[in-house]
Amino acid sequence: MSQSNDTNAYWSANVRLILISLAIWALVSFGFGIILRPLLAGIAVGGTDLGFWFAQQGSIIVFLILIFFYAWRMNKLDREHGVDEE
Amino acid sequence: MDQFTLNLLFVGASFALYIGIAIWARAGSTSEFYAAGRGVHPVTNGMATAADWMSAASFISMAGLIAFTGYDNSSFLMGWTGGYVLLALLLAPYLRKFGKFTVSEFIGDRFYSSTARMVAVICLLVASITYVIGQMQGVGIAFGRFLEIDAFWGLLIGACVVFAYAVFGGMKGVTYTQVAQYCVLITAYTIPAVFISLQLTGNPIPALGLFGSTESGEPLLAKLNQIVTDLGFAEYTAAHGSTINMVLFTLSLMIGTAGLPHVIMRFFTVPRVSDARWSAGWTLVFIALLYLTAPAVGAMARLNISELMWPNGTSGEAVSVEQIETDPEYAWMATWQKTGLLGWEDKNGDGKIQYYNDQNADLQAKAAENGWEGNELTNFNRDILVLANPEIASLPGWVIGLVAAGGLAAALSTAAGLLLAISSAVSHDLLKGQLTPNMSEKSELLAARVSMAAAIVVAVLLGLNPPGFAAQTVALAFGLAAASIFPALMMGIFSTRINNVGAVAGMLAGLVVTLLYIFLHKGWFFIPDTNSFTDDNPLLGPIKSTSFGAIGAAVNFAVAYFVSGMTKETPQEIKDLVESVRIPRGAGVAVEGH
Repeated sequence: MSQSNDTNAYWSANVRLILISLAIWALVSFGFGIILRPLLAGIAVGGTDLGFWFAQQGSIIVFLILIFFYAWRMNKLDREHGVDEE
Repeated sequence: MDQFTLNLLFVGASFALYIGIAIWARAGSTSEFYAAGRGVHPVTNGMATAADWMSAASFISMAGLIAFTGYDNSSFLMGWTGGYVLLALLLAPYLRKFGKFTVSEFIGDRFYSSTARMVAVICLLVASITYVIGQMQGVGIAFGRFLEIDAFWGLLIGACVVFAYAVFGGMKGVTYTQVAQYCVLITAYTIPAVFISLQLTGNPIPALGLFGSTESGEPLLAKLNQIVTDLGFAEYTAAHGSTINMVLFTLSLMIGTAGLPHVIMRFFTVPRVSDARWSAGWTLVFIALLYLTAPAVGAMARLNISELMWPNGTSGEAVSVEQIETDPEYAWMATWQKTGLLGWEDKNGDGKIQYYNDQNADLQAKAAENGWEGNELTNFNRDILVLANPEIASLPGWVIGLVAAGGLAAALSTAAGLLLAISSAVSHDLLKGQLTPNMSEKSELLAARVSMAAAIVVAVLLGLNPPGFAAQTVALAFGLAAASIFPALMMGIFSTRINNVGAVAGMLAGLVVTLLYIFLHKGWFFIPDTNSFTDDNPLLGPIKSTSFGAIGAAVNFAVAYFVSGMTKETPQEIKDLVESVRIPRGAGVAVEGH
């Protein structure tokens, strides 16, 4: 039974991490890059505004950080919950 | 040495390199085709996956689409990279744990239904064939340019080369060939961009140069905005299209990326579940190297072209026909004219070529004043921009040859990979797995070759009258993958509730509505002039056919959910299968399915 509880805890920790990561994923691309761009229009970046930078480069950089962060965090979680591949 | 010989030399040398590596790597290991990725370091695997993934759409087409539209086409940049986040978080580790080799096998097992497997194969075929059309367009343009012939003949020659390349087969399986292709591709993309960035901004890193300043101290993008608005075009950095459409388009590309079988397959064969997570990250690192440079290539090329056509802006004189024909700085225009993808016409007979937006009221007034009779740069195919870019910037001949080799590497590797995926889906999954299980190995191989040839004939026929520029055609393929494959995979992992009937109904609903929407706008089976709507005036508000994949995916999720609720619950052993897929422990090496 304890095995199963631990698996459930592992899975809900994973789902929580995925939800947080996807919130950031959506915020930088759909948010800063598209929908919220008018709000960031006041911040100038090289001849244009911050929203343009997020749409063309910033979101890609954040995506990279997110994937590596998730991989690092999950590998740690695997060990903590004893479900890693040994 | 003339440019033609130089191009031939670069293309020939790069091909010799790939074949050489294929032979060398083959002699070293006899491991089966699918196992190529196993035992390969995640970094190497990431590089190979990046080469597999970046096709004619990324290399040849994308920067041109960004150049002529500006901000609105940022969707390509965010969409084709953001999908890797979905892949790494929602699919890759679990599919690796599942331990089979193909996407349709997972769907067949998880939804305990051979119908589900067959529907998955059909979805996969529809998306892959659409994808190949886009690749063939790119191949045609690249061959047309470097052999200096019409793009039509380029397409036919390219089709023969792709076919030979795909039949040679083993190449695709050899990871190190793809590593070499990646190196050729990224060098070819970056070197001209570095030169041009130095010329325009003095910054050797194009991604930084894009936000840098020109010699006069004016920011590059501000200068570009000023120049394009002077010609009557929309401001480069401003948003013009509908926000809803841009969000849906970006989302379709993202979901589609995570639903493309030939990309997902790469993560089945890494040694461990944790490697599947890292590998997605490394793949994106190598993709980002090109994607961070692409917007700089687009903006800088747009600036160079505008300045070549109007050396002193519209208040000065436009470039003369004589100069285009004699000045070496304009020699690229004559070479590209031969492909039929670039054209100009001195409509008002003043010996000059006025390039401007003749739909713009201000420019129409200016034209009336100066006796211009419409835009005289009559044809500029967006897909030629990246290949023509080094010539436009007057870079040395070897850079031009290198770009030709890079473009072909991108288009050929993906086109051949897709043909292999199509042929194995038809012969292995559809014929052997479903229709004629007793088929001999020999006839399976024959079926694979025949389906490959059939796919390429279809792709060439449709590639002659493509539904859009290469990257747009490819975007349609992503929409189809987004609407059909991705939701089924995700629900298969994250919900035990979705059953066999629900998954089949969901996939079919998603595929059919998306296909219908695309055909209504792009013509039935992409046959020109059979469409009832256009993307300028779409059926549903601002939603273009390229953006519909996200809606198709939502339909898929909803239908699967409701149908599952009304039908029999998932059996216990399938719930156990889902539980085991969710935890990494106990992952063996991937095994060949039945």
